[in-house]
Amino acid sequence: MNEEARQEEKNPMEDFLRMDRIPHIWCPGCGIGTVVTSFVEALKKSELDLKKLAVVSGIGCTGRVAGYVKFDSFHSTHGRAIPFATGLKLANPELKVVVFSGDGDIAGIGGNHLIHAARRNMDIVVICVNNFNYAMTGGQVAATTPRLANLSTAPYGNFEYSFSLPYLVDTCGATYVARWTSLHIRRVTKSIQEALAKKGFSFIEVITPCVTLYARRNRLGDGLNLLKYYYDKSEIRHGADTRTVDIDFQGKLIVGKFVDKEKPTFLECMNTHLQKTLGEKYMPYGVKP
Amino acid sequence: MRKVKADPKGVLTGAHYLDGDFAIAEGALAAGCRFFAGYPITPSTETAERFSERIPYVGGIFIQMEDEIASITALIGASWGGQKPMTVTSGPGFSLMMENIGLAAMMETPLVIANVQRGGPSTGLPTLVGQADMLQVKFGSHGDYEIIALCPDSPQECFDLTVKAFNLAETYRVPVFIMTDECVGHMHEKVVIPPPDEIEVVERKWYEGPKDKYLPYKPDKDLVPFMVKAGDGYRFHTTGLTHDERGYPVINAEVQDWCVNHLVDKIKKNSPKIIEYREDQIDKAEVVVISYGITSRVAVKAVQDARKAGIKVGTLRLVTVWPFPEARIKELAAKVKAFVVPELNLGQIRREVERCAFGRAPVIGVPHCGGWVHDPDDILKAIKEAVR
Repeated sequence: MNEEARQEEKNPMEDFLRMDRIPHIWCPGCGIGTVVTSFVEALKKSELDLKKLAVVSGIGCTGRVAGYVKFDSFHSTHGRAIPFATGLKLANPELKVVVFSGDGDIAGIGGNHLIHAARRNMDIVVICVNNFNYAMTGGQVAATTPRLANLSTAPYGNFEYSFSLPYLVDTCGATYVARWTSLHIRRVTKSIQEALAKKGFSFIEVITPCVTLYARRNRLGDGLNLLKYYYDKSEIRHGADTRTVDIDFQGKLIVGKFVDKEKPTFLECMNTHLQKTLGEKYMPYGVKP
Repeated sequence: MRKVKADPKGVLTGAHYLDGDFAIAEGALAAGCRFFAGYPITPSTETAERFSERIPYVGGIFIQMEDEIASITALIGASWGGQKPMTVTSGPGFSLMMENIGLAAMMETPLVIANVQRGGPSTGLPTLVGQADMLQVKFGSHGDYEIIALCPDSPQECFDLTVKAFNLAETYRVPVFIMTDECVGHMHEKVVIPPPDEIEVVERKWYEGPKDKYLPYKPDKDLVPFMVKAGDGYRFHTTGLTHDERGYPVINAEVQDWCVNHLVDKIKKNSPKIIEYREDQIDKAEVVVISYGITSRVAVKAVQDARKAGIKVGTLRLVTVWPFPEARIKELAAKVKAFVVPELNLGQIRREVERCAFGRAPVIGVPHCGGWVHDPDDILKAIKEAVR
């Protein structure tokens, strides 16, 4: 391809990204960009009206996603992307609301909101990029850090038990739960596509390499090594009992689509219940006449 | 800014016997609020209860969130989704909301929060009155920013000022606070709700230009930027980070200077239009009693007694506490012998009066830690001391 043709060629993601904000801040070898690519691919394949799509992030490396995607996008506070998304979705039920944030944001500081949104079956999609540490602040131990992994605030290795996110949200009532590594590009894309097409609380965990911090401290090699390492360690087990999908340091990674079921959403429950209880006096909300 | 008549669906026209908490819920419904997210806390819970009972017949959302952090954050999301949202709380819940009150100010998001104040600090006096969050409401979140705070002194004013709070929030794209207290919140009085066509409601200043030209933080002539809502095809971005007119983060001192000054100027420069207070017999007054909320009701007795004793006492009741009526206090400081400031805290607004009086007139506080209202005699003593 000559230089002129190269310049004329449009980046296939240009319509979905804020090109005036590129280059992004993520490190070479980081997995977040790959997940964003999967998200964009899923959107291309879906039949969503992109005008009606909103992306909400919290704080952290993955928290920066909202700033790069060209939709109505909100960069909220640490841990609060889910309640922000809840307000947005309930304010305008026509919106498809996607929360895109990290493990520290969603399951650490924001853990309370995560379990309650799953319990209510709030109709939102949560994409949780799990890199096993607080990366934006320099690699501190997290609620998802496997035991024995070494991080700057666990300098002698982590001795705490960690969350198994699929088990947590499944127990709380999520209607779609999947886990992949960021090298499962087609499968991540497919999961996001399925979640976007579904009503209810959908949760997709994507294990991604944090090269600069997690990998370096734990001598897990460079970005490519770690990508391959997670991929090779993973075993696809669709429909696995989420009680069995714990992550051990250096151990096997059970991935797959664990939960895909139907259940009325918060708004459906509200409308059905109040209609039944109050009869014709009830003014249904968010329902097209 | 467009003024319209209230939507009749939310207006319960007529004369009612309501407590202040209930009147806040009715004020919200009259003002067009159709989104309430909250968490139960004494003595504010009755507002949430009233709203949850009424909203199914009006059409809208009541959601009890998992905590106050979730409540305030859901309000910010709801406001960007096009709703006029509100929540109510009291001391401990108010403290939990602080970080995201800063986010609301930074994102220039219209919303309304009522704080039915109880005694603090910490769990303090859950069921008893206090007025000790008056500085927290202004300074509680980190960084420099401005908000608007109103102080009702009766259930009727709880209704009226809640309508006003929504109108101010929509006009200035700012969080607005109703800083009431346990006494006013639980006091039952006559509340007259006017017919919908007599209630003026402000519509948000929606942007209607070309989609690709929209800048969410470009100040208009009145310094307030136009707003859009999610789902209208503008593909806008907003963040709690320091940002430029596009809403894009820019991390440097120059943009910080522009961004923070804008948040502050927007309210400061419009403050003559925002500030409201009520004065009585102020022209020939030697002493002026400055008060707000329930304390202004208690002060009435002290002022009557002082007048009987031949003292020329004027009163100034703060309806808007923030922005503070600086100019008026400065003006009065040059004329009067002294100010008397009774309040259910150890001198929060007194400090503000002292700042404005700037040594031209002494300021005599009548502090009280809360739990009950003042003995009017304590206020009377301070008035007598002031003229000595």
